[in-house]
Amino acid sequence: MAAKLVFLGRLADIAGMTERAVATGPLETILADLPPELAVALLGERIRLALNGELLVSHGGIVLGEGDELAFLPPVSGG
Amino acid sequence: MIDVRLLTEQFEPGQFIGAFTAAHPGLGGICSFVGEVRGAGGVEALELSHYAPLTLPGMAALAQTASDRFGLMGILILHRTGQMAPGEPIVCVSAASTHRRAAFDAVDYAMDHLKSQSWFWKREKRAGQWHWIEPRADDYADLSRWD
Repeated sequence: MAAKLVFLGRLADIAGMTERAVATGPLETILADLPPELAVALLGERIRLALNGELLVSHGGIVLGEGDELAFLPPVSGG
Repeated sequence: MIDVRLLTEQFEPGQFIGAFTAAHPGLGGICSFVGEVRGAGGVEALELSHYAPLTLPGMAALAQTASDRFGLMGILILHRTGQMAPGEPIVCVSAASTHRRAAFDAVDYAMDHLKSQSWFWKREKRAGQWHWIEPRADDYADLSRWD
């Protein structure tokens, strides 16, 4: 019944945490339950997504199932 | 030999470079670059965060690409994560090859890709406050040299 969101970089500051357990289901539903400021930041056009460690090419139609991990990756600042 | 590591504690680059060199008998040359945390601008500390499922696999893929592209005998890529103080090493890249040009170029190539494409997020502490570091235009310009 739970999936996980992971917040990297400045998104962790906005979220106030590095990861958060969420109910499974469509991403839109999950985001609607988050604080609006965080949801807006997560939907930024420069944010990339990785589902279970694989970068997503398309951000549409994401549905999280049991045990799924969705990471939100802001632009990297370089090594 | 391809050796890629994320390190969570301060490291001594010479120890790794020495072992890497010893692992390649018959080489023609080793080129090594060590990056350290800059102390300019009142930086008190630097913190690097990463995302385990992507960061190390991405570094390993970069090492393989550089090795293939420049025909290396071996490549070593070390990168720190966590909190560092100015003067601490943050990155070390060594390339071993039969001829110097490949080693120089491979290290340059790997550093440009690490700086712009690897999965690290960096923030620095100045006057007691943490500030996230944004990507630099120069890093993308450096990367385009290899297209």
